[in-house]
Amino acid sequence: EKTRRLLNTDIRDLFKAEGRLVDEELLDEIFAILIRTDMGAGPANQIKDRIARDFRGRVVHTEDILKNIQDELAGLMQQDKEPIKMAAQGPTVILVVGVNGAGKTTSIAKLTRWFIDQGNSVVLGAGDTFRAAASEQLSIWAERLGATIIRGEAGSDPASVAFRAVDEGLKLNADVVIIDTAGRLQTQKNLMTQLDKMRRVIGKKIEDAPHEVLLVLDATAGQNGISQAKGFSDAAQCTGIVLTKLDGTAKGGVVVPIRKEFQLPVKFIGVGEKPEDLTRFDPEAFCNALFATS
Amino acid sequence: MFASLQNNLQSALKTLRGKGKLSEANMRDGLRMVEEALIEADVAYPVVKDFMAHVSEEALGQQVLKSLNPDQQLVGVVHKQLIELLGPVDPSLKLEKDVTVLMMCGLQGAGKTTTCGKLARLIGKEGKKALLVAADLQRPAAVQQLHVVGDSVGAKVYSEEGAKDPIAVCQNAVKYARENGINVVILDTAGRLAIDEELMEQLKTIDRKIGPDQCFLVVDGMTGQDAVNSAAAFNDALELDGVIMTKLDGDARGGALLSVKHVTGVPIKFIGVSEHMDGLEPFYADRMAGRILGMGDVLSMVEMA
Ligand SMILES: Nc1nc2c(ncn2[C@@H]2O[C@H](COP(=O)(O)OP(=O)(O)OP(=O)(O)O)[C@@H](O)[C@H]2O)c(=O)[nH]1
Ligand SMILES: Nc1nc2c(ncn2[C@@H]2O[C@H](COP(=O)(O)OP(=O)(O)OP(=O)(O)O)[C@@H](O)[C@H]2O)c(=O)[nH]1
Ligand SMILES: [Mg+2]
Ligand SMILES: [Mg+2]
Repeated sequence: EKTRRLLNTDIRDLFKAEGRLVDEELLDEIFAILIRTDMGAGPANQIKDRIARDFRGRVVHTEDILKNIQDELAGLMQQDKEPIKMAAQGPTVILVVGVNGAGKTTSIAKLTRWFIDQGNSVVLGAGDTFRAAASEQLSIWAERLGATIIRGEAGSDPASVAFRAVDEGLKLNADVVIIDTAGRLQTQKNLMTQLDKMRRVIGKKIEDAPHEVLLVLDATAGQNGISQAKGFSDAAQCTGIVLTKLDGTAKGGVVVPIRKEFQLPVKFIGVGEKPEDLTRFDPEAFCNALFATS
Repeated sequence: MFASLQNNLQSALKTLRGKGKLSEANMRDGLRMVEEALIEADVAYPVVKDFMAHVSEEALGQQVLKSLNPDQQLVGVVHKQLIELLGPVDPSLKLEKDVTVLMMCGLQGAGKTTTCGKLARLIGKEGKKALLVAADLQRPAAVQQLHVVGDSVGAKVYSEEGAKDPIAVCQNAVKYARENGINVVILDTAGRLAIDEELMEQLKTIDRKIGPDQCFLVVDGMTGQDAVNSAAAFNDALELDGVIMTKLDGDARGGALLSVKHVTGVPIKFIGVSEHMDGLEPFYADRMAGRILGMGDVLSMVEMA
């Protein structure tokens, strides 16, 4: 019962209309709310310490503290206006990576829809030749959305699927080629090396490609997200994040320390299982939602 | 992490050696470090608070033994409390009935379908026949996925072409099992958010109409603070019988397991440690406690004393 109450507390609830004294108790309550977002103890302590320094012993209003935290985080999470860097000419190649079950394949369906809506043609590469029926899953999306798909036999070399997909993109003069990869944990050395091989093979077909390497991160992930960002960036040189499953109660706050440590911007967020459930990342909206009751 | 928590505790508490009792004042730094380690392991904060209160109560007034470093003593108390919270351990599947029905549930992508296959393999090795039931009619190619998984472990898969109603599929599958000498039916349900009222209602209806003998919550080992919310909601809807945590073959500390255990109280049955069908292990509370603390081998450290 206590758990529920604490978890469902909005930062606004902590303040009475007449304001509240900033003391240890209040600071701890704020810390609890920060931790709940999954930003981790480091950033949460930093924010708490700053509030303590600026406001301790004073009576404050909700807005003071809220604005303080949100402004700082939104500032940190600012990024380029254009989410995807398109190739100057020829197909733009996007490689999609991430841990098992994060939402890679579904996010590719959403991106496909997003590109097609803008009048782009899309070729998909079913680079997950490992997981059961992964290629069937992507094929169903390709068919529903009207994209071309290149597949390989179960168990075949994912780099060769990537190669053929880029080749097909060139042949069809497609605008975008998106390549799916099998889920893997960042600790699996061989599988991480495989991503590098896929990159190199793609680069042989089109110089500068892949133009984007998107790390798909599950918003329910906790502090392991930091290790994921590091591992995948090291192996595959990620250019941005797609943060999925933000339609649930998880806040996805781990992208805050990830942004701090690796400068990896969040490009899109996933808010459902349907192709239209993708929106561009909005730092202000995201930071407001971090502390909203859900 | 192991080194850092241990070293930090050592320096925080070294002055205590042989100097009387553990008190709130002299444990403060040490407890703060343990608290932070648990947060970094993704244990939900309210659960951390509760846990730390227990630990400090337990440790308070303990004489710091001359033979023992105070940090070892504190870690010993923390470790013991963690094991207590994670237990009692009960990996049995209770398959005594003619037809036992197991139901898997959980958030999207947690590892339900894969775990169904792993369980079927385990059950097959005990000489029993398992039937995997394709009750996820939502995710594209979920049915095909279960067929591939089932084939790879030699388990029969029940699915209905063009089916729309997962409840009917489950009912028909149980009937099929009774008529065909199947011992264990495993229902692979679609992933869903705990706040998706319609889909949670659907899960409750399956539960009511089929009456599975056991409902297992499948939880991703990388889950963060939200684990308390989703686990509580699934437990409210279904009265869970067990928890299986997946993807512990990586470097996630798996602290969400403590959160889930705290809010559901049900036993943790297995952990998933690979994508392959043999990657399911029985749950050991002491190993998990060490993992959550970020101390691979806590026992040897405590016993060293
Ligand atoms: N609620 C919700 N579910 C999502 C979202 N994105 C993906 N999913 C679901 O999460 C599950 C896993 O998604 P996939 O796209 O198969 O994930 P993946 O990363 O390709 O998984 P692997 O290939 O097995 O590693 C599916 O049930 C999806 O429908 C999202 O934004 N919100
Ligand atoms: N490394 C690792 N991967 C796992 C483990 N268990 C499952 N997976 C992977 O996690 C991903 C998702 O697994 P699924 O079994 O499809 O998950 P699910 O819960 O059925 O997903 P939905 O039906 O979409 O909700 C797949 O890539 C699996 O191979 C595990 O213990 N370790
Ligand atoms: Mg996939
Ligand atoms: Mg599934």
